[in-house]
Amino acid sequence: MARGAYFPNITRSAWKVWRRNWDVFFKTYQVNFLPPFIEPVLYLLAIGFGLGMFVGEIDGVPYVEFIAPALIAISIMNSAFFECTYSSFVRMYYQKTFDAMIATPLALDEVIAGELLWGATRSFIYSSVMLAVLIAFGVVDLPLSLFILPFSFLAGLLFAGIAMCFTALTPGIDALNYPTFLFITPMFLFSGTFFPLDVLPGALQIIARGFLPLTQVVTVTRSLTLSEYSPYLLYSIVWIAGITVLFFFLSIHLMKRRLIV
Amino acid sequence: MITRTPVIDARDLSKTFGSFIAVNHVSFSVFPGEVFGFLGPNGAGKTTTMKMIQCVSPKSGGSLEVFGSEAGIYQRSIKQRLGVVPQETNLDTEFTCFENLLVYSRYFNIPRREAIRRIEELLRFVQLDEKRDVLIDRLSGGMKRRLVLARALINNPDLLVLDEPTIGLDPQARHLIWEKLKVLQAQGNTIVLTTHYLEEAERLCNRLVIMDNGKILVEGSPAALVSEHVGSDIVEAEHSPEVIACVEDMGIHYEVFGDMVQIFTDNPREVAKKLFDTCNPGRVFARRGSLEDVFLKLTGRVLRD
Repeated sequence: MARGAYFPNITRSAWKVWRRNWDVFFKTYQVNFLPPFIEPVLYLLAIGFGLGMFVGEIDGVPYVEFIAPALIAISIMNSAFFECTYSSFVRMYYQKTFDAMIATPLALDEVIAGELLWGATRSFIYSSVMLAVLIAFGVVDLPLSLFILPFSFLAGLLFAGIAMCFTALTPGIDALNYPTFLFITPMFLFSGTFFPLDVLPGALQIIARGFLPLTQVVTVTRSLTLSEYSPYLLYSIVWIAGITVLFFFLSIHLMKRRLIV
Repeated sequence: MITRTPVIDARDLSKTFGSFIAVNHVSFSVFPGEVFGFLGPNGAGKTTTMKMIQCVSPKSGGSLEVFGSEAGIYQRSIKQRLGVVPQETNLDTEFTCFENLLVYSRYFNIPRREAIRRIEELLRFVQLDEKRDVLIDRLSGGMKRRLVLARALINNPDLLVLDEPTIGLDPQARHLIWEKLKVLQAQGNTIVLTTHYLEEAERLCNRLVIMDNGKILVEGSPAALVSEHVGSDIVEAEHSPEVIACVEDMGIHYEVFGDMVQIFTDNPREVAKKLFDTCNPGRVFARRGSLEDVFLKLTGRVLRD
């Protein structure tokens, strides 16, 4: 068994798990598509144009264009994170969907991999909708911004893996509020989203650049929407790729430890 | 005795959770075409045994072969040939009956066209063809269980594993499930089931084991177990000092349960007559011995849970 624990047993069948979630999503698309439309519009109006009146420009960039890529990054984070925490937990614990799946030739590794791929897909879907809204408002550069589409899947997979680790470790659904408030909310505020990291005290800057996944994602989306190369871009992409692989396998391992007893 | 290759062969199978022994060195074999039952009070180790057979829970000791392959190693190929009805109904609530089976068929790599043909056939078999496009939430408990049964049959399994197939159902719904299982049995399917309902086991099982505290207490056909452990009939009389004195005099085996004295016998008329003739027994019943009597005799009357 120890061997199986470190070499996940994953075949193309993981996409069948993904497909199941995809089918459910499009059965209930009326409730699923409205939030990603409304949210960026609200933020753009309130913070971009409202607060932006007082802020003016940051590093020569109009405030609304400064936060537009952050809104996409936050959407990538939230859609994958909430899908692979609360929604996955409901499927695992309340609906027993995972039990139904592993009674078939599917291995648990594939079930979890399928969930992670689906979380990433949700990030892709939501950020695509959001990108369309931002393009309509004319606050992002084209065509470079279109690279956000493939990037959102990779970044989504990063947050999906982190989320799935919390799901594997949480004693119950209520305890998932802790990572939400202690991890997601601080990231939402301190990842160079609404103000540049340079204004933070040195120690906080180091934490944000070294450990906060959203910082890396914002760095990439901002480089794309502003067509601006920053020295952090390459570092962020490598960081995201490495940590994504780490959490992908770690979450599968933790889930097997939880569910295969 | 003809030697047949067993569908399931367990030798000294054990399962521990930390220091708790859930299944304690059990051995049993299930042969093709058999309906094999696991009976036992809560916590006896029935469901744990089922999960090891289904290859979703690794064993702690002993050996377990399903279709001649070690269950802990050849999980995928074993599960491809297995149909499972779990204790908890875990259908996809967002989907209709048809969609539930279609999504499930994909997990078995069944081509879509073939899957659709089988789904229509299975929905007719479990009498849900009229509910084909109805969401799961709108189904009654009995309909949901029938749909889970249909789902378990989607891959034409060589072995059907049923964990409490009729739990929580009303008598009508239960009889309908039994009827379907009887049909499957008549078609030569191999079925393993756990149940709390002794009547269910008596009706369906060719052979069964009674488990308690992780061990198998007895194994045999329902009829053989009844005649071996309680005799063919039971005479019940009111519990009074006179009756006790009487049966002691008669020198026959009896047991006291609450306000009743039970006498296990193959000769109920004679015992009843003697009781009436020699003492003042009040009410006397004679009835056939049942699996329930065996069960209570072996596992005791102490409440579990």
